[in-house]
Parts: sequence; C-alpha cells; structure tokens
Amino acid sequence: MSGGPGAIESNAAVRAAVMARVRSALGVSDDRAAAQSAAASRLAARPFGPRPLPAGDPIERFAARALELSSTVERLARVEQVPSAVARYLESLDLAPALAAQRTRRGVCWPELGTLDWTGAGLEIEPRPARGDDRLGVTGAFCAIAETGTLVLVTGAATPSSTMILPDTHIAVLRADRIVEGMEEAYALLRDERATMPRGIHFVSGPSRTGDIEQTIVLGAHGPFRVHVVVVD
Amino acid sequence: MRVASIEFKARAGEKLADATLQRNLVRVKGKFAAKRAAAMAGFHDFEGLREAGREIRQRTLDDLDVWLGIFERSATAGGATVLWARTPDDINRLVLEIAFRHGVRKIVKSKSMVSEESSLDRAIEAAGLEVIETDLGEYILQINGYEPPSHLVGPALHKSKEEVADLFHRRHKTARKEGIEDLCLEARAVLREHYLTADMGISGGNFFVAETGSVVLVTNEGNATLATGLPRVHVAISGIEKIVPTLEDAATLLRLLPRSATGQPISNYVDVLTGVRGEGEGGVEHMYYILVDAGRTDVLASEVREALRCIRCGACMNHCPVYQSIGGHPYGWVYPGPIGSILTPMYAGLENAHPLPAASTLCNQCGVVCPVKIPLPDLQRKLRERTFERRLAPWSERAALRLWSWVAARPALYGASMRVVARLLRIWGGRERRIRRLPPGGGWTAGRDLPAPDGRTFREQYAARRRAGGKPR
Repeated sequence: MSGGPGAIESNAAVRAAVMARVRSALGVSDDRAAAQSAAASRLAARPFGPRPLPAGDPIERFAARALELSSTVERLARVEQVPSAVARYLESLDLAPALAAQRTRRGVCWPELGTLDWTGAGLEIEPRPARGDDRLGVTGAFCAIAETGTLVLVTGAATPSSTMILPDTHIAVLRADRIVEGMEEAYALLRDERATMPRGIHFVSGPSRTGDIEQTIVLGAHGPFRVHVVVVD
Repeated sequence: MRVASIEFKARAGEKLADATLQRNLVRVKGKFAAKRAAAMAGFHDFEGLREAGREIRQRTLDDLDVWLGIFERSATAGGATVLWARTPDDINRLVLEIAFRHGVRKIVKSKSMVSEESSLDRAIEAAGLEVIETDLGEYILQINGYEPPSHLVGPALHKSKEEVADLFHRRHKTARKEGIEDLCLEARAVLREHYLTADMGISGGNFFVAETGSVVLVTNEGNATLATGLPRVHVAISGIEKIVPTLEDAATLLRLLPRSATGQPISNYVDVLTGVRGEGEGGVEHMYYILVDAGRTDVLASEVREALRCIRCGACMNHCPVYQSIGGHPYGWVYPGPIGSILTPMYAGLENAHPLPAASTLCNQCGVVCPVKIPLPDLQRKLRERTFERRLAPWSERAALRLWSWVAARPALYGASMRVVARLLRIWGGRERRIRRLPPGGGWTAGRDLPAPDGRTFREQYAARRRAGGKPR
C-alpha cells in the first residue's frame, strides 16, 4: 500500500482532475452560469414525481400498509393508556422457544415517554438510549407515512436511533395527527419545524428482515424482530 | 477485484454443468420477477414513474459537474468532509488514512459495490485492521474467502442453505444449524457484537442528495442503520453518478427502486444521513464522503453514457435468460447480468471483458424492466461494434462477419448463395428434416437441433406467390 499520510491533504488535486474530466466528458467549459441557474431553479421548485392515488382515511391506510409489512398497529384514545397497552402487547407475544427470552418486562424509552406510569403497568422502563442487550425499546415518532405504513424517526439528543434499532421489540407511539400522505409531506414537516437537517432521518417500515438465504424471508436480521405501533388520537 | 470476464464462455459452460448451482438457480428463478410484476401492477402509473426516474437521473448526469459542486457545498456545510477518488486505489488510500487519523481498529461495513471494485476489504486487512461485512449475503461471501457476489441485491443467492450451514459450522465453530431461521439468528449474534465494538462504519450510497448534502441508504436488514449509527466515524463511498437534486427526487426514485428490485413498495429501512451527530446525541463524530470516478467519466464521455443512470436494482439480471441460466459468476467482476455487460467493459477495459456484451440474445427483457429506461441491448450492440473495430474478437469470427457483410451488401450474390445454402441444408437435414450437427456452428448444435429449411429461400417463395397472383402474406 503506497500513500499513507497525505492522501486527504492532497485531495484538492484529485478533485480538480475529476471535475476537469467531467467537464471534458460533457464538452462544457468552466463557465457554467446557465447550468447553475437551471440547477438553482430545480432546487427551488422541488417538483414531485408520480405518486399513488390516495383513497380513504390516512390513519386506516397507514394501519393497513403497516400490517402488510409485518408491523402490528393498535389505537388508543389517550397517551396515559400506553403503558398498560405495552404490557398487554408483551403478554400476547407468541414466541418460538428459541426466542423465549424476548418476553420481557424491562426496557428503555425516549425521555419524552419517561413520565408515563410504567411501574403501574408492571413494567421497568428506563428513559435512556438503548444498549446492545436491551430487549425492548419504546420510541415516539416524528411522523408517519400513510402511503407505505412507514414510521419516520428523526435523531436528536432526546430521540436516539439506537432505541428503535437495537432492541428485539420496537414499540412506537405515534400521534394520529402526525400521519401524512407520503415522504414528500414528511420532508415538508421537517422543513417547517427544523432549522437544520438532523444527522439521521430513519424511515422504518416493519421489522428488520433478510431474504439473503434462498430468498426466504426471516424477521429480526439485525434489528427488531417485531415493530408495534401505538396510534394515539 | 480481479477481472475474469474474458473467461466468460468457459465459466458459463462450467456453471451449466454444475448440478448444485443449477438447483440453487431454479429455486430462486422467477421469484424476483413475479414480485416485481405484482408491485408494478399495484402502482397506477408505473410507466410515468419510470419516465420520471429516467428524467431525474439524466438531468444530474447532463450537468454533473454543477450538481457535484452543489452536493459538495451542502455536505460540507452539514459537517461532513468530501473527498474524491480518481482511481480504485485512491478509495483504499483514503479509507486507510481516515482510519489511521481516528485511531480505528475495527470497521463494520454495509454493502458497497463500489468498494468491491477496489477490493477495499482486503486492503483494510492488509493494513492490519479488522473489517466485517454486515449485509448477511456479503458476510457469507466474506467468510467464504471473499467469494465474489453473484447478484446486485442478493449477493449469495447462488448458495443453498446447506452450503451456508456448512460454512457457518466451519467458520463460527458452532454446532451445525439446519434451518434458515437458525442460521440467521447465529449470524445476528456474531454481527451484533461487531456493531457494538466497531470504531468506524463504511457504507455505500444509494443516492447523494445535492440539496441537503445527505446520503440515502436503503436496506431491509437494517444493517446500514446500525453500521452508520453506532460507530464514531462514518465513511460513505459511492460513484459520482449517484447524485440526485432534491429529497423529493430521492422520494420518487425510492418508489422505483424497491419495486424493481424485490417488489416491495418500500424497503424496511431508508436512512437519510447528513453530517455528524448533534449536541448531546450519540453516534457519529466524523463523517466523510468519498466520491468515486474510477471509470465513470470515461462512460460519461462515451456512447454508452446512459448506463450511468443505473440505480442498482438488479431487475435486468432477474429478467435475463442468460443470467438466469448461468448465475452471476461467469460475468467475472463486480456487476453481473446485462448492466454488468456494459459497466465491466467500460470500467475494466473492453479488451478484458468483450465476451460480456456478446453474451446476450438482445431480447430486451432487461430494457423493458429497467426503472430508469437504460436501453441495455442498444448499448450492448454499441460495445459489440467497438469489439469488432478494435479486433478483439477471434480472427475466425471477424473473418466470418466480414465475409457476411461483403455478401449481404450484394443482393444478387446474396440471393444466389442463399439459394445454394438453403438446398444444401435441406439435403443435410435428411428425412427427419433436423440438423443435428453443423460443422461451422458446432457450439450451437451441441445443445439443440436446427430445423432444416424446406429448400427454397424466403425471396424465392415471395416471388413465386407474386407470380401466382396471390397476395403476399
């Protein structure tokens, strides 16, 4: 291996060479004012492409799509009902013998959910980011997408992505009025509500899965084996 | 990765004779195609979607320098460092330098086809660092001595569960598992430990968004989410052609990519990652992009530039009768199937890969399913012309083609010789009217019979019908 120190420092020359090759391939000069202004208008217009034709109640469509992607969905009237709903959900899990340890009463949640009465429901839920051995993670959601039954999570100090990806079971608490039509509307909400891009926008559509062995779908490839969405009105 | 594409013919023959591989191919045959067809039928305007996908990809390619500049500015403003690689070796040098700069010992990697072009994993290991592929298919190939991938989406689909079970038993030194679920659980446990202890994550990039300086990663396993979310350094590597203008454009392409690849309306995890962690947040402290040329600018300058629109869905190979019969390995490099038959000659040299554009029936199954409307058979034909001009094909093939074109350009001579040939073939076919062996086309008749012509050429029959007063049908 040649190189070592210097490849990053001397990268400006590589950049110039690649850019020169691109311009030569396109047969254009260094003066790109017209193309720059065309690009600027595209960025300002942000046109949408063809989209599915929505029909029916977005909450019901969200729930139907989420079920198709192996998530489960339940609706609650008030957020205070979440802990007992979570306890019921964990009780109801039908686990294969190899996965029996996943039936747990302990887990972690996002800080925004830390004030709920978890102990009253017989659960031990700590408001901290998940570690590699936590079996249950309860998160909120930035919003959700009716078109595909997708949860949208946006990372931040109080909304760590580890809580949705590391535990065996991911439970997401979603406000019904945060269900939007498509990815485009999720981006519009983000632009309205946030000044800068977060490190991560995670679109989650069901549990982690793989088909890499004989195209047989197996859930729980690396992340959650199951995703349960609690929609609160 | 070594380019073995010149041995296509011999390797295709071996694969056709490999009973285990043929069983594995039959098992997965058509599954992707059927799922794609169902997903396409479920979208009211799939043709409109393909056209929109073509337009978005072509727009950035037409002004690629401008879009690269915009991406670089946005990404830098978002807190990432943007680096450029002119050659595959540049990728490896940059990755190692980043690793040394941040005291990295262990690297987890989510799928990156570009990094296979430069054999990045082996360069990392040669430098004394540890690297673990986390996509299950790629992991299987890595622990099997870096076996080459055979498919863009399912790199290990050529293997049976029994082969994977033997491999895990041998490499993990665990009891041999029988079922696919148990194999997946075992891989999960092994890989989980690596995610938690890695210092750096390397990913590819399905799209680079110019507007926001973000990378879009698409997986079903969630391995990219883990590999880019937990370690303190993230390096995203992809070709310069992967730029799209806006998040909305990425949304349009995300309606095309999973439907075309696996028939899903959306992949399970789509991550849009920008810069480094915020105040009080865990995860990535340093983010780097490596924008790779490595032949892309040559393609951009060439008559096959439309191949750069590719979004790596694998639909072309899922629908290719040649790929379906031999699998991905005979293509001999990183990208198999119809798209590989264009990219491999362009990235690795036509002299090293000219059998690939020839290994096609030009049936255009690939062209009609391509989500960004790459006219693959047209591009294959163009590379065949270059193969002929550069005298890369065998002497006998070139001589035969030259003779053919000389005769075909002289109608009287062509008609006369065809009359002779048609009669000879009829006699050769005998009473059964089947030609079982034809010396100049021995390869063709080795696998099937050729029906013998009835003795008169098309032009003779056409003229006879006109004389008889009948309408030509």
